[in-house]
Amino acid sequence: MINIFEVAETNQMIEKENLDVRTITLGISLLDCIDSDLNKLNDKIYHKIYDAAKDLVKTGEEISREFGIPIVNKRISVTPIALIGGAACQTTEDFASIARTLDKVAHEVGVNFIGGYSAQVSKGMTPADRLLIESIPLALSTTERVCSSVNLGSTKTGINMDAVKLMGEIILQTAEYTKEDDSLGCAKLVVFCNAPDDNPFMAGAFHGVTEEDKIINVGVSGPGVVKTALSKVRGENFEVLCETIKKTAFKVTRVGQLVAQEASKRLNVPFGIVDLSLAPTPAVGDSVAEILCEIGLEYAGAPGTTAALALLNDQVKKGGVMASSYVGGLSGAFIPVSEDQGMIDAVIAGALSLEKLEAMTCVCSVGLDMIAIPGDTKATTISGIIADEMAIGMINQKTTAVRLIPVIGKGVGETVEFGGLLGYAPIMPVNNFSCADFINRGGRIPAPIHSFKN
Amino acid sequence: MKRTIITVVGKDTVGIIAKVCTYLAKNDINILDISQTIVQGYFNMMMIVDTNQTSRHFGDIVDELSALGEEIGVIIKCQKEEIFDTMHRI
Repeated sequence: MINIFEVAETNQMIEKENLDVRTITLGISLLDCIDSDLNKLNDKIYHKIYDAAKDLVKTGEEISREFGIPIVNKRISVTPIALIGGAACQTTEDFASIARTLDKVAHEVGVNFIGGYSAQVSKGMTPADRLLIESIPLALSTTERVCSSVNLGSTKTGINMDAVKLMGEIILQTAEYTKEDDSLGCAKLVVFCNAPDDNPFMAGAFHGVTEEDKIINVGVSGPGVVKTALSKVRGENFEVLCETIKKTAFKVTRVGQLVAQEASKRLNVPFGIVDLSLAPTPAVGDSVAEILCEIGLEYAGAPGTTAALALLNDQVKKGGVMASSYVGGLSGAFIPVSEDQGMIDAVIAGALSLEKLEAMTCVCSVGLDMIAIPGDTKATTISGIIADEMAIGMINQKTTAVRLIPVIGKGVGETVEFGGLLGYAPIMPVNNFSCADFINRGGRIPAPIHSFKN
Repeated sequence: MKRTIITVVGKDTVGIIAKVCTYLAKNDINILDISQTIVQGYFNMMMIVDTNQTSRHFGDIVDELSALGEEIGVIIKCQKEEIFDTMHRI
């Protein structure tokens, strides 16, 4: 039988250490909504999502109340819209109308984000893929809750450099379209290499075509819990350190598994996966960077950071896989800059550069995330940064992503405020030596030799 | 049987258990086990209860116990047992 100390430990994690379930994400397939008539398509999309998700928020709140565990976000992911809109959309405005439908239904069912305004172009772009990508600045500047992602490469296909070039321009254009809000549109836009089909986290969530009609995916969190656990083993060796992280990750993930099963049962939607990510928030004590400091670094970014992050990521997975029957999504430690107070402090102190962040992304999920850069950064430079990150993902057979925010009208040393979970960020310097000739070559980078496993 | 854990944490004062038990009795909630400790003057109590007989909605019990806690000046939480079981038992 459960004893008073175990109960107290769980409640301490929830109340003092920010343990929460970060998101319940309902994946909805829109493949059966495809229609060549745009109005009919929008209508079908609206009704399919509304019917599937109308009880999502209420159910999430009930579970939260009954178990006493906060469930921070309730979200929706849909099939990549490039596939759904291809038959009906002739212009970028046509595609943007689908984004507005998604935004409307997101407001009505009460979810805070809806992901899947996406295209998967890791090898090549169809006309519909290209049109969707070109409509992203319009779509993100005329909606509030829609998130967009584009998969630009994979270990199996190589990297689509035409799309990498295009996305550099699209990111800048999105920044320009939303410059009144500190280029907030770019916070809702991410590019991937090896994007997973079942990721519950935004901005990269979409409902892959390999998935069922509807599915519940849950993202857990708990950097604060790991940090507190590690504060009790200061000075101990790596074996003790790793064991502590594993045990803590197990406990955190079990809560996610419970919530996922309950949500699945109550919504009568199959359970997909639990995503074992350490996802920080701007709240003090809910930071991955603070865990790195607890492991023994003065600031995130100091020498040793990549090693510390590698062991953290690995132990989180080792503890988590036993706690859940199905693990998926991104699963690892997130290192966004703006959403993590410890990372912000490290940037301000001069300990953390874009290049060090890139090195860190080799050993963790997911990539260069929520990084504000000067608004006058060239499109080819952004494409170059994306290409580097995609190459890391392709060669290491892992998911990598880039979510950069070129803040129009602002430069290095200034700060940009996004509000809420997105936090705030100091604008980081970018290496401005040109890579234009490289980016302008066109074509694609072939798949690496280790992709030929057949 | 689905069981529920009620925890009470706060400054020790006369009648905490009495008030909580009165509420539970009124709502047909049976107490299966009680344990308590006092740590540095703070009252720490855990009850394992059976909510199968009550006609009340679980969410309402959560809210009413929380309100009762505010009245007494302690924090009362009411949570389904599974969250503790899943976390602490393999």
